[in-house]
Amino acid sequence: MTDVYASRGMQLGLETAAAWLLGLLWLLPLAYAVWTAFHPAEFSTRFVADAPLTLENFAKAWQAAPFARYFANTVLLVTIVLAAQLILVTTAAYAFARFEFPGRNVLFALVLVQLMVMPDVLIVENYRTMTALGLKDTIVAIGLPYMASAFGIFLMRQTFKTVPRELDEAARIEGCGPLEVLWKVYVPLARPMYLAFALVSVSYHWNNFLWPLIITNSVESRPLTVGLQVFSSGDQGIDWSIITAATLLTSAPLLLAFLLFQRQFVQSFMRAGIR
Amino acid sequence: MTRTTHWLYGWLLVLPAASLLGLFTHYPAIATLWHSFNSTPKSGRPMQWVGIDNYRQLAADPIFWQALGNNLWYALGTIPLSIALALLMALWVNSAVAGRGFLRLAYFTPTILPMIAVANIWLFFYTPEYGLLEKALAAMGAGTHNWLGSKSTALACLMIVTVWKEAGFFMIFYLAALQSLSPHLAEAAAIEGASRSYFFRRVTFPLLMPTTLFVLVNAVINAFRLVDHVVVMTRGGPDNATSLLLFYIYEMGFRFWDSASAAALTMVLLAVLGAVALAQFWFLERRVHYQ
Repeated sequence: MTDVYASRGMQLGLETAAAWLLGLLWLLPLAYAVWTAFHPAEFSTRFVADAPLTLENFAKAWQAAPFARYFANTVLLVTIVLAAQLILVTTAAYAFARFEFPGRNVLFALVLVQLMVMPDVLIVENYRTMTALGLKDTIVAIGLPYMASAFGIFLMRQTFKTVPRELDEAARIEGCGPLEVLWKVYVPLARPMYLAFALVSVSYHWNNFLWPLIITNSVESRPLTVGLQVFSSGDQGIDWSIITAATLLTSAPLLLAFLLFQRQFVQSFMRAGIR
Repeated sequence: MTRTTHWLYGWLLVLPAASLLGLFTHYPAIATLWHSFNSTPKSGRPMQWVGIDNYRQLAADPIFWQALGNNLWYALGTIPLSIALALLMALWVNSAVAGRGFLRLAYFTPTILPMIAVANIWLFFYTPEYGLLEKALAAMGAGTHNWLGSKSTALACLMIVTVWKEAGFFMIFYLAALQSLSPHLAEAAAIEGASRSYFFRRVTFPLLMPTTLFVLVNAVINAFRLVDHVVVMTRGGPDNATSLLLFYIYEMGFRFWDSASAAALTMVLLAVLGAVALAQFWFLERRVHYQ
């Protein structure tokens, strides 16, 4: 790095100290949660070095509510949503990027409306629609409003536009139809962007709460976030160590994936943001 | 391929996504408008055209004005702070500071957690007498205070949670932008004798403007879109001190089952989001981009 304006000496020392102070402050709530979850309740706010470690809080939480079912529901939800999104987003983005058809610009503008008017806001009407469709309290109903993702369509359209026309034409001369060209030329070249979109989508839907809270009403369809809320707001007598353990439990898969694939995560979020 | 088949392919490829978007974005937006001019259907009393009655009721509803006011304060309190922190974090993580990898991890981790998990963790943190905040304050000799339970502090507590969760997310975009800046700019500025702060003010910061706009729009949308922590931590209380617009819509629609009022409320929220979109276009017109 040959940055002439890089901090040196005293300045660098001060900045390092400030950066670390903020970093530790930022980790504090999480560290506190980890401490509480892994120690018996009587040590939850007593920070002594010889406090015994335990997994009992996790075991109790796991038994107190059907978390296994909630996990399965969430995994099913993010899988269904992602699969549908990948298909819908790919075909629509391909059309917007490489086909001339009447109404294209108007349609694209209508797609972009969803960037501002997200399903998260239209909860009342979408609830009415789901009731009319007889889909209330199903996993499909949680995912359906999000499947045609304007964000994804925009992202993939930008990506497809960077594919050289020559490759497209060469494939056509080889005798490929439009869908074959999409599958053999565009999709493979857009792979990093697909990874980026997939990570953003999975973390969004793993964490989504308000709409699933409204549309689900049973253990069979509830995702983890809603299950956690039902669990932690249920009994008055439940102690904090167990709730904290359950909280960490629900976030653990994403958190572990993030810690393992930190670079990919960060780069994916960057890619998805810069368009 | 003939022109007609070209058209046909275009339409067919767009059709699945367009119909779902229509069903769950455009139709509900229009239906909301329609329902906001009608009464809530009740058993034995079907829906009825009532003109602007719902809006009139809303205008006379002190809780609505409070939720709107809360939401504006909430936006004002969270957006500038989280953007400023994000920029600071990005500058640090992009500099020669020791342990950059660890710091980036520390700043970014809250972003990965579900808002509801975050809310649970902070709920415990704020617990009167028992929580970490109270313990720390007690150790310093301060008296006890019900942070989430008193009107003066509850909204500020929620703001802190939001800033904690969002700053690291926005940092990523600043970091990407900083890394894409050409080092020649700094060299040229140094030859001209520009000071460090002058270089930041007149070169780096203006060049980050597109990123700032992107982050700003996201932050504004989030301030009106995300109320998970309100549901978990305060349920809008005490005395509606932490009720935000979307939370009030949720209460109106699914606790009081007053879908007509909820529709009018949703229209207000859509108007806010529409204003954000217009402002964004206006800024783009005035060229925030240096390309």
